[in-house]
Amino acid sequence: MSLKNYKLPDARGYFGPYGGQFVPETLMAALDELIEAYEEVKKDRSFQAELTFYLQHYAGRPTPLYFAESLSRYVGGAKIYLKREDLAHTGAHKINNTIGQVLLARRMGKKKVVAETGAGQHGVATATAAAKFGLECTIFMGAEDVRRQELNVYRMRLLGAQVESVTSGSRTLKDAMNEAIRYWVTHVRDTYYVLGSVGGPHPYPTIVRDFQKVIGEETKAQVLAQEGRLPDLIVACVGGGSNAIGMFYPFLEEEVRLVGVEAAGLGLESGRHAATLSRGKVGVLHGAKSYVLQDDRGQIVEAHSISAGLDYPGVGPEHAYLKDIGRVEYTAVTDEEALEAFKLLAKTEGILPALESAHAVAKGVELARELESEKIVVINLSGRGDKDVYTVARELGVTLGE
Amino acid sequence: MSRIGQVFAEKRSRGEKALIAYTMGGDPNLTLSLEIIKTLAASGADLIEVGLPFSDPLADGPVIQRAGQRALAAGSGPEEVLALIAAARQELSLPLVIMSYLNPILQIGIDEFLRRAAVAGADGLIIPDLPAEEGEEIRAAAAGYGLDLIPLVAPTTGQKRLERIVGHASGFIYCVSVTGVTGARDSLPAEVKSLLQKVKKLTELPVCLGFGIGKPEQIAYIKDYCDGVIVGSALVEIIEDYTKGEIKKDKMLELIAKKVQTLKSVL
Repeated sequence: MSLKNYKLPDARGYFGPYGGQFVPETLMAALDELIEAYEEVKKDRSFQAELTFYLQHYAGRPTPLYFAESLSRYVGGAKIYLKREDLAHTGAHKINNTIGQVLLARRMGKKKVVAETGAGQHGVATATAAAKFGLECTIFMGAEDVRRQELNVYRMRLLGAQVESVTSGSRTLKDAMNEAIRYWVTHVRDTYYVLGSVGGPHPYPTIVRDFQKVIGEETKAQVLAQEGRLPDLIVACVGGGSNAIGMFYPFLEEEVRLVGVEAAGLGLESGRHAATLSRGKVGVLHGAKSYVLQDDRGQIVEAHSISAGLDYPGVGPEHAYLKDIGRVEYTAVTDEEALEAFKLLAKTEGILPALESAHAVAKGVELARELESEKIVVINLSGRGDKDVYTVARELGVTLGE
Repeated sequence: MSRIGQVFAEKRSRGEKALIAYTMGGDPNLTLSLEIIKTLAASGADLIEVGLPFSDPLADGPVIQRAGQRALAAGSGPEEVLALIAAARQELSLPLVIMSYLNPILQIGIDEFLRRAAVAGADGLIIPDLPAEEGEEIRAAAAGYGLDLIPLVAPTTGQKRLERIVGHASGFIYCVSVTGVTGARDSLPAEVKSLLQKVKKLTELPVCLGFGIGKPEQIAYIKDYCDGVIVGSALVEIIEDYTKGEIKKDKMLELIAKKVQTLKSVL
């Protein structure tokens, strides 16, 4: 099951048949510049020391690996551990990547950054890092998400970012990403594009993975310290797939079962879901070849999930590869199951998970239930659920004051 | 010689420049789209680019984005655009080029799409999200069907890339005038001239300029530096006015013809 000498992507940014650089020619020079700059900082100790410093003292790393005793007892199966990315600054794993990329942008002499955001978590994390390091920041967000995630919009504005509401297409993450890329094409000479997931053209899937792999590296050290061995199973949610890759990557060569959980929305058969790996076909979206939710005419279709962060019809190319070779199992959890998991974690552990992460909790709990009590399951709790309280209330038929 | 090569050779021998007109296949609907293509040809376009609508057109500004949405809503797609090309080819002898993002082509299958494009009577393809690095397979396959894969070069393209791209090219070179997306603009950046000069130095192939061009003054400004200009959004805007009910169909076709004639007169 485990891989040996895993060294992808190749020089052209491919994970097997997936990845590459499918962007307008105008951006190719910027991608070349980025590849070169990234290769440099990877080897640069002062950059790595700076990154580590801010991750520790600013973002609050390492985040705990927490034995969820009450939840485990309730479930009555394996020991469940939660990797507490919800405790990182800004409330999700997104900050790991944005601090890294904004530091990189600064090294490259860029004065402005642009980013797309779905739920607003990556937008907030980008605006936060941009504020901290003094860069101008523009965030594109689908008009539908602006409506759903009002609080995060205001957070970004408080952090000094310009938030642009995108009214084209389905008005969600995919369209925000189109618009962010168009903005980047137009301002490519002085602007750095902070991509928030492990999708997009090479080298982004690699850069984002590398900045997120701290999640898995910490988890490995923590579980060894607490249990003296590696876990049997790790579960993470997959939208574009950044928290999952960050968690899985350091375990690809280990004998650990890895499960990625997509959003099944109203059910895989309903057609209203965001389960790109489960139900998509190979295609090209936003600069990379990967699985894509599309119709038989090659048009991208709208995804659906209760969680705005998973509501995306594409997925990172490395996940596509890991699915094909069978190293990671990908499955999907419905809106309803995620909501149940949200409530369960709140009641048993006093933790409100992000609805994204609640998908991982739902599957993690289901799988842990079937395992013996000496087994160890790690669930990546990629973000906290404060941002979702309005959504959850609405779904549960509760009206909150405006 | 290919149809594209022939047109430019004729233009050159007469000391003229080519006018390339873009229209979205199926905008505002499939029937009118064919009439628009015929109008473009009849009023003097030397080559026509037919857009294949895509839900997520990264390289396009709002005008062409909306044209794509209208075309999709009218039932256009890969099959329909191929049929449109075939219908246009029945009556027109000028070169027809398909402009499509990669994904719809992949769903039909590269080889199958190219074969059918050639059968329909297309002369080439422009794929705005397919840089040279990713395009080798398609370029080779296209050549096998006698289709040119027309490359784009941008103001940000460095000298080395430029040499590589131009070295593999066929048909013509599509120079992007601005760092930006498609859409008519008031003026062109001064650096456009140096980009065109740089490209001309590297190739005998025709070099054409597109993105942001819709005015006679702009064309007058750069026509000595290139072999042709590509006009898209400025024409599509007229179709948009029709879809908004601001003008009738005959007026739309008349305005399109006038626009082509006006721009052509400068070339």
